[in-house]
Amino acid sequence: MKLLSRKVTCNSHGQDSSYFLGWQEYEKNPYDEKKNPKGIIQMGLAENQLSFDLLESWLAKNPDAAGFKRDGQSIFRELALFQDYHGLPAFKKALVEFMSEIRGNKVTFDSNKVVLTAGATSANETLMFCLAELGDAFLIPTPYYPGFDRDLKWRTGAEIVPIQCTSSNGFQITETALEEAYQQAKKQNLKVKGVLVTNPSNPLGTTMSRNELYLLVDFITAKNIHLISDEIYSGTVFNSPGFISIMEILKDRNCENTEVWNRVHIVYSLSKDLGLPGFRVGALYSNDDMVVAAATKMSSFGLVSSQTQYLLSALLSDKKFTRNYISENQKRLKQRQKKLISGLEKAGISCLKSNSGLFCWVDMRHLLSSNTFEAEIELWKKIVYDVKLNISPGSSCHCTEPGWFRVCFANMSEETLKLSMQRLKAFVDSTTNGHNQSSHQSVKNSRRTSLTKWVFRLSFDDREPCGER
Amino acid sequence: MLSRKASCDAHGQDSSYFLGWQAYENNPYHQVDNPSGIIQMGLAENQLSFDLLESWLASNPDAVGMKRNGESVFKELALFQDYHGLPAFKNELVKLMSKIRGDKAKFDPKKLVLTAGATSANETLMFCLADPGEAFLLPTPYYPGFDRDLKWRPDVEIVPIHCSSSNGFRITMPALEEAYERAQRLNLKVKGVLVTNPSNPLGTTLTRDELNHLITFAIAKRIHIMSDEIYSGTVFDSPRFISITEAVMDRNLEDTDLWSRIHIVYSLSKDLGLPGFRVGMIYSNNETVVAAATKMSSFGLISSQTQFLLANMLADKKFTCKYMKENGKRLKKRMEMLVSGLKMAGVRCLKSNAGLFCWVDMRHLLVSNTFEAEKELWKKIIFEVGLNISPGSSCHCTEPGWFRVCFANMSEDTLQVSLRRIKAFVESNISGCSQQQQRRGSIIGKWVSKLSSSDPEPDR
Repeated sequence: MKLLSRKVTCNSHGQDSSYFLGWQEYEKNPYDEKKNPKGIIQMGLAENQLSFDLLESWLAKNPDAAGFKRDGQSIFRELALFQDYHGLPAFKKALVEFMSEIRGNKVTFDSNKVVLTAGATSANETLMFCLAELGDAFLIPTPYYPGFDRDLKWRTGAEIVPIQCTSSNGFQITETALEEAYQQAKKQNLKVKGVLVTNPSNPLGTTMSRNELYLLVDFITAKNIHLISDEIYSGTVFNSPGFISIMEILKDRNCENTEVWNRVHIVYSLSKDLGLPGFRVGALYSNDDMVVAAATKMSSFGLVSSQTQYLLSALLSDKKFTRNYISENQKRLKQRQKKLISGLEKAGISCLKSNSGLFCWVDMRHLLSSNTFEAEIELWKKIVYDVKLNISPGSSCHCTEPGWFRVCFANMSEETLKLSMQRLKAFVDSTTNGHNQSSHQSVKNSRRTSLTKWVFRLSFDDREPCGER
Repeated sequence: MLSRKASCDAHGQDSSYFLGWQAYENNPYHQVDNPSGIIQMGLAENQLSFDLLESWLASNPDAVGMKRNGESVFKELALFQDYHGLPAFKNELVKLMSKIRGDKAKFDPKKLVLTAGATSANETLMFCLADPGEAFLLPTPYYPGFDRDLKWRPDVEIVPIHCSSSNGFRITMPALEEAYERAQRLNLKVKGVLVTNPSNPLGTTLTRDELNHLITFAIAKRIHIMSDEIYSGTVFDSPRFISITEAVMDRNLEDTDLWSRIHIVYSLSKDLGLPGFRVGMIYSNNETVVAAATKMSSFGLISSQTQFLLANMLADKKFTCKYMKENGKRLKKRMEMLVSGLKMAGVRCLKSNAGLFCWVDMRHLLVSNTFEAEKELWKKIIFEVGLNISPGSSCHCTEPGWFRVCFANMSEDTLQVSLRRIKAFVESNISGCSQQQQRRGSIIGKWVSKLSSSDPEPDR
C-alpha cells in the first residue's frame, strides 16, 4: 500500500528548478570578502540589505518594543497568550496605514479586511485555497517568481497557465496574451478562476502601467474571475513612473459597489521593503467578506508570532520613522540599481528599464551560443561555475525567450557588487575576444557589432522608448 | 465563485466548542469590573508559570534584544528564513523533548521540522501521510480542533475509535479493530492512527498497554502512528509519561519499517504557556516525510525573532530544569484544587495525571441520558452558572454527560469562585421542587454522601 501522500512522492513542490539548484552551488562555495574571495557571489536572492541601520537605530531607541513592554509595563503575558487569528489590532492598523503611505495615501485600507499570515508565501497559498481547487487554474504573466509553482499549485491542486509576455513590448501584458492564455486553459479542460499578477513585477522590476491595469480590470470583469495582486514589492518603487495600486484603478473607475470590487485581492509582506523575511510577516487584503472570513480561519495554520506583531506594530506606528524609512530606502535602492546598470553597461550588457524591486531583468541574449534554452542553461552554468555569480536564469521564471536573467543588487555590499561586475566584464571580454576558429566566428562578430550598438544606445539614450524600456 | 473549502463549513467552527467562546466574549468575568460574568474554563492555557518566564527574560535582555554577547544579531535574524530552522533552536528543542521523556530516548535535530504551532504541524503531517479521501483513526473523545486541522484543507476523513467510561476511556484492541472495519465499510482507506498523549480532553497519559495495542495494530495494518505529544510537558503526577518512541524501542522495533511510520508532534504552547509565539514541530524517523514537511513548513515558519529568544531560554538548562519542576508542582496543586472543589459539589472527574483540564462526570446532572440533555445542561452552566466549559459532544464523546473543565488559565481566586458557583448550582438542582426532581435529588444525594464519606474512587 502506498505509504505517503502523492504530494510528497511527486515533485510539484517545484524545487528541482534551476532557481533552487543555483542556490545549492552557492551554499557549497559562498563568497566572503576575507575568507573566500574567489567564492560564488549570491545575486539570486531578492533580499533588501540596504537599510538595516535605520531599523537597528530605531530598535536601539525603542527597547520596549522588543522587550515586551508598553509604557514601561510588561505585557509579556498578554503577548504570550495572544493567538487570536484576527491578529493584533494595533498591528493591523499600523500595517494598513503603512500600506496606504506606500501608495501615496491615494487609497486607504480597512484593517478589518486584512488577514495576517506567516509571510506572503502563506498568504498566496491561502488565497489559492479560498479561490481555487483541483481542476481550476490561475493565469499568471511570464516571467514570474519561481516560488509560485510551489505556493499556488502544490497543496491546493490548482494549476497555473502562463500569460506569455515578450520583450517586444517590454514584457507588458496585452489583451491578446490574456485571451490566448484563457483559451489555452480551456483547451486543457481547466476552469479559469482568476489572474495573479505581481506588481511591481518579480523578476522584471517594473511597475504595471495604467494601461495594463485597465486591461486586467476589463478582462476579469468580462470573464467574471478574480484578480490577485501580489504587491510585495510595492515599498521598493524608487523611480518614476510611480506605483499605481490596483485599488487606485478600481476607485478611479468607480468600481466600489460593483461585483468586481469583491474579486480583487491584494497580498503584501514586510519581507522586501523592510528587509525582514525572517520575521514571517505577510498579509492578504480582500473586499470579499467570505474570503476574509475563510482566510482568517485558515491563517491558524500560519499565524504571525505575537512577539513579532508587537515589535512591528510599534515600529510601523512611528510615523516619523516610516516616512523617513520609505524615502531613504527608496533612495538607496535607486542608487544601488544605478550601480548595477552602469556595471552591466561597461560589460556591454543591457537591462530592461526598471523602477522598482531588488533586481534587474538582464538581457544576455547576445551571449547565447544559440537562441535556445539549452544555450541559456549553458551560459548560466558558465556564469555560476566560471564567473562565480549566482544569478537566476529566465527559464526558471518561465520566460518564453531564452537569454534573460534576474540579477539582484540589494543583498550585498557595494564592494561586492563592484566585484561581481568586474567578474562579469572580464567574462564578456574573454568571450568577445575569444579566438574561435570555427564557423561561429562570423556569428560572434555580428553579435559583437550588435553589442556595441546596444552599448552606444544605452550610454546616450536614457529614455529609450522602443521595445525594452 | 469561491472554492468549496471557503464556502462550506468544514472548518468545523460552528461546533459548540467555539459557540461557548462567543458567549464568554459577550460577557467575560472580571474580578472587579464584571464579577458576575462568565468564567472561561474552556481554554486549555497554562497561565501558572509566567513569573518564572518573566524573571528569566528580565535577567537575559540580550535574548530579547536580539543580541549575542552584547553584539547585535538583528540583521542575521531579520534575514534568516531558512526552512531548516535555526540550528541552535532545534538543538535545544530535541534536548528538551528528551528531558521530558526522562531521557529514555534521544532525538536528532535533523529529523525535527519547525512549524507555526502544533496546528500547522498536524495539518502538514496530514498533507504528507494521506491523500484526499483517505482516513485517520482517532480515539474519542478528542480535541475539537482536529476536525478543522486534519479534514479541512487536506481533505482527510476522521473515523473515531470509540472509547467509553467503562474502562476510563482507554483504547482497546476491539475498539481499534471496530473503527478500522467501520472505515472499510465506508470505503475509506485508513492511513494511520492519531493519538494525543497525554490526552486532550482526558488529561491522562496513555498506558503501556494502550501503546502496545497501537503498535501491534499499526504493524498489522501497515499504517502510521501520529502521536500528538503537545501536553507531554504537563505531566505532573504518576504514572510517568511513556512516549510512543519509548514503547517502540522497548519492543525492539527500531529496525523495522514501523519505525519510519512513527511521527510525533510537539509545541511550546502548553507547557511553556506560549501559544502566541506559534512554536510547533514535527519529529519523524521517515526521511521522505521530514524532507517534504520541511518544504511545506514554508507556509508556516516560526519567526526568527522568536526562534532566537527561545533558543536562548532553552539553552539555560538550570532554568528549564527549575521551570519544568516548578510548573509541574503548580499544575498538580491546581488540579487537586479543582478536583476537591468538584468533589464537594458531588461531582467526580476521571482520575488524571497531566494536561491543563479535568474530564468531569456530570452524567448524574442530566435530565436524560442523551446529548440533548447534555446540551441543555451545558447551556444552563454557561448562562445560569456562568462557566464556559466544553461539552463532551464537542469532543465526539460517545457518552453524554462528560465535560472538559480547564484549571490552569485563571487565578486561584477565580477558580474558587467557579467552584462555589458549581456547588451552588448542584445544590439548587438537588433541592428543586418537582417530584421528579426530588427523586433525582435523592439519587444525587446518595452520590454526594458516598463521595464525602469514602476515600478517592478509582475514577474520581
